Amino acid sequence: MIELIVILILGGLFLFINIRLKSNDKSENQKSLNTHTIDAIEKLLPQTQCGKCHYSGCRPYAQAIVLGKADINQCPPGGEFSIRAIAKLLGKESKPLSDNIEEDVIQSVALIDEDNCIGCVKCIKACPVDAIIGAPKFMHTVIKKHCTGCELCIPSCPVDCISMVPLRVKTREWVWSKPNSDHKLVL
Amino acid sequence: MVKTKFRPQTGFMNRELHEFPGGVKFKTYKEMTDTIPAIQHPLPNKIILPVRQHIGIPSVPIVKIGEQVLKGQMIADADGYVSIPLHASTSGKVIDIDDYAVPHAGEHEATCIVIEPDGEDKWFDIHPTDDYLSIDPKKLQEIIRSCGIAGLGGAGFPAHVKLHEGVVNTVETLIINGVECEPFITCDDRLIQEKAHYVVSGTRMIRHAVQAKNCVIAVEDDMPEAYEALAKWIDDDIELVMVPTRYPAGGEKQLIQTLTGKEVPSGGSAIHIGIVMQNVATAASVYRAVTRGEPVISRYVTITGDVGTPRNLQVLLGTPIRDCLEACGYQHNDNHRIILGGPMMGIHIRNTDIPIIKTTNCILVNQIRPIPEEMPCIRCGDCFTACPIKLLPQELYWHAKTENFAETQNYHIFDCIECGCCSYVCPSNIPLVQYFRYAKTQIAAEERRLDGADHAKKRFLMRQERILAEEEDKISKLEKSQIISSATITETEDKKSYIKEAVTRTRKKRSEIKQRQSDQDKNND
Repeated sequence: MIELIVILILGGLFLFINIRLKSNDKSENQKSLNTHTIDAIEKLLPQTQCGKCHYSGCRPYAQAIVLGKADINQCPPGGEFSIRAIAKLLGKESKPLSDNIEEDVIQSVALIDEDNCIGCVKCIKACPVDAIIGAPKFMHTVIKKHCTGCELCIPSCPVDCISMVPLRVKTREWVWSKPNSDHKLVL
Repeated sequence: MVKTKFRPQTGFMNRELHEFPGGVKFKTYKEMTDTIPAIQHPLPNKIILPVRQHIGIPSVPIVKIGEQVLKGQMIADADGYVSIPLHASTSGKVIDIDDYAVPHAGEHEATCIVIEPDGEDKWFDIHPTDDYLSIDPKKLQEIIRSCGIAGLGGAGFPAHVKLHEGVVNTVETLIINGVECEPFITCDDRLIQEKAHYVVSGTRMIRHAVQAKNCVIAVEDDMPEAYEALAKWIDDDIELVMVPTRYPAGGEKQLIQTLTGKEVPSGGSAIHIGIVMQNVATAASVYRAVTRGEPVISRYVTITGDVGTPRNLQVLLGTPIRDCLEACGYQHNDNHRIILGGPMMGIHIRNTDIPIIKTTNCILVNQIRPIPEEMPCIRCGDCFTACPIKLLPQELYWHAKTENFAETQNYHIFDCIECGCCSYVCPSNIPLVQYFRYAKTQIAAEERRLDGADHAKKRFLMRQERILAEEEDKISKLEKSQIISSATITETEDKKSYIKEAVTRTRKKRSEIKQRQSDQDKNND
């Protein structure tokens, strides 16, 4: 008799939980899961907001990846590092940068030719990270430390006085190259 | 020359020695240079002094091009705590402050101050410190910092930082490291033999600076002359210990383990277990700094290998390597390669214009041999047996090779001291250390990338917020102006109604007056 009661109670509990789970809003769950994934992907993107991925910024691109609209290999400043990290996060295969996206070969920063700057403030408005300082009708300059090399200021300049300068690798930030062996892993 | 193992007769050696795991034994080739007295290298034509010769923040030049400087004068000041000043090695004129090739595995250029010697070698006004025992340990550290003393053993960590840690924490043991475990290098050996007094006195000064309870000077058992030289100056206050010759016995963690049996915790440093370690050459420079006020401007360098007369030179910092090699009868040859440092951990350099810096201990010239082809790993486990840190080089290798860097960190890649034992013993000629160096710098680069992205994100969000705030400000201003205009509207309405009221009031009054007048008129009538 006791066994029967226990079984009935447990069975009831199981049904109850099942119903509760099913009744939970599925789309809500999915939504929070998506937000988490978007956050995680966004962390792996370089945050230059450059739009080279054909999206308006890093977060929109992360959203597009999660929604399956964009592939993981469209971020040129993130390059191999971002692709590898996102592939690992999503359990996908890493791949080279997409063919229809221009590659960022060298890391560089913007430089304003201060003699030719007319002080139009247009580049200041274009910079997504506030790395340019200046005032109307006064010379502007780029704060190198904050410049992400997104190139968004270049088209905005009416006198074409902004150029990209390759960033020299600091001695302390130098990276050892991988030993060059074509030998494949035998696992 | 066959050396007989020296057994000390005195009672200096009473410490029980322990063994560190792994390591390798090989022919040391020290007999090429360890019996030949070091000579003073003549003044070079040009002195090139990189502003960064230590681990930490580069110093900042305080002289201008064209300025006359004196020997021992400070020419670049420390920038921050983990930084040390730089001094002119000789008197002369500053002819350039620009980027020059410096000792670096990636053959980089860095800011250097170039001095053209005037040949007079005139000293700057320097002052000795009398009776170091009576002054505050902190003051002593300040003297050591101001004299630009970095660890001269090879890493170049600013000495005062280590000593300061010693003051903050209690120091059980101060170890002065004379264990020169890499093959070929004998500069510390020669220094001890020739300047044992400096080393011992410097040791006492460092001991005072860190207030250490015990003090040990350690040398290898194939350095009997150095041991004897030290024994002459040593008293009961310092222990003199000989440790068995085995690479890498002179590594900080290995020597601590040999002498005390304690292990430095993973990710920690020696001070966490109450130990401060300094090199013998650092001790000698501390002696010079305290007794004469003399900064670090020269050092012993071993020039060895395929050169005419291998020997040790006492070289002014900033002397081009080419000059040192030529002084030892080296003829340039394309079949030779030049290694800065020892054969195990040194770096291969092509440009001989680079200068001798505080951390240069050896220049080794070798015949170029074809690099043996890398073969598949056969999982023999020899690398594990040889690893002095007890890491798993084989696992690290798989993960570094497949760029699975997070996993290499799980296998404690940052505890690797890059001694090269694993590469040395690998039967498949796998350049394991190269893989680990690659992985370590890649991990650091990725961290920098993420930090940079974080920084950019913060600035981007701040900008968004600012723009939003500006817009809100605009809207609220607009609303305010609307309220004001509406307020004026009501005012005018009030006025109108007031006027209207006034008008009606006056009209009423007027009609009343008229009424009264007509009434009066009637009455009059």
